[in-house]
Amino acid sequence: MLGALTVLLLYQLFGEVLVQLLALPVPGPVVGMLALFLTLMVRGELSAPLRETTNGILQHLSLLFVPAGTGVMVHFARVSGEWLPLVVALLASTALAIAAAALTMRLLMRFGAAGKGPEE
Amino acid sequence: MTPRIVDIWVYLAASPLLGLTITLVAYVGAYWIYERAGFTPLLNPVALAIIALVVALKATGTQYQTYFDGAQFVHFLLGPATVALAIPLYTQLDRVRQLFVPLVGALIVGSLTAIISAVGIAWALGVSESSLLSLAPKSVTAPIAMGIAEKIGGVPSLTAVLVVATGVSGAIMAKYVLDVLGIRDHGVRGFAVGVASHGIGTARAFQVSEQAGAFAGLGMGLNGVVTAILMPLMLVAWRYF
Repeated sequence: MLGALTVLLLYQLFGEVLVQLLALPVPGPVVGMLALFLTLMVRGELSAPLRETTNGILQHLSLLFVPAGTGVMVHFARVSGEWLPLVVALLASTALAIAAAALTMRLLMRFGAAGKGPEE
Repeated sequence: MTPRIVDIWVYLAASPLLGLTITLVAYVGAYWIYERAGFTPLLNPVALAIIALVVALKATGTQYQTYFDGAQFVHFLLGPATVALAIPLYTQLDRVRQLFVPLVGALIVGSLTAIISAVGIAWALGVSESSLLSLAPKSVTAPIAMGIAEKIGGVPSLTAVLVVATGVSGAIMAKYVLDVLGIRDHGVRGFAVGVASHGIGTARAFQVSEQAGAFAGLGMGLNGVVTAILMPLMLVAWRYF
């Protein structure tokens, strides 16, 4: 577990350094994720401790958002006049985005399946 | 006796222990309720924990900054957790390869829908420009969204709150929206949730199945990258026309 955690931190650090050096518009952890993904693809195998530790972290991924979300208390006053339009926009847009992404993906999957049929 | 309790309170308020502990207590309690209720999306543990914490902090007159000094240790783990998303992605590699075109199409359509509909609706309802710019990157994971908001002229800490609200609302609504549309494939369900509601949606997807979680993590990661690149360009285009 300790080894796996060290691996994650090292890749994050690598990502942060690369972002700073190249002035990339993407956050360090995302670069770290892509780097780790490429490493796994090149190696072609995944160690059991890394798999178990990351499963443990991802199972409780939602805990990690609690401190930032509690910051809502600071913004009560600032957005008091705007909270209703913001909430309406946020709810409608989230539902629309879920629907749009899912419908597009299903459509393209059917298209791909239909296209492959006669060729093969 | 009372002064003694005050002394203890002052001591605890100055150390990170209290902020860290109440975060975990609130989440464990919220998760227990969520579990007891059969994992219904309506009782989202993030929402319950945040409500409990806000009530507790207001009741004790504690500043958010004081609380965050302790809770930042939890917040920090968002970084390694983002890196960890490489693992489910790798384990689903075969399916990802197979579905490359549908995934890219869904990513672009979902990402643009999230940005344009949020900003469009809020603008029509008369929201101020700085709040609009804070709202625009709401569908991507917190560290990315805050970075974007800063770059385009929004308020990063307001963005963080809107990001969490988006995640919670996506985690709550996804099941119902996808059921109405008749979408059953766990890969499609997960990917849509990840694109629209980042890490909190992904956390919910992992509770449903590993496949849904892996695709949600993929959607979240890709949308973070795409939005970080698209948003400044869209803003330039909008200002120009």
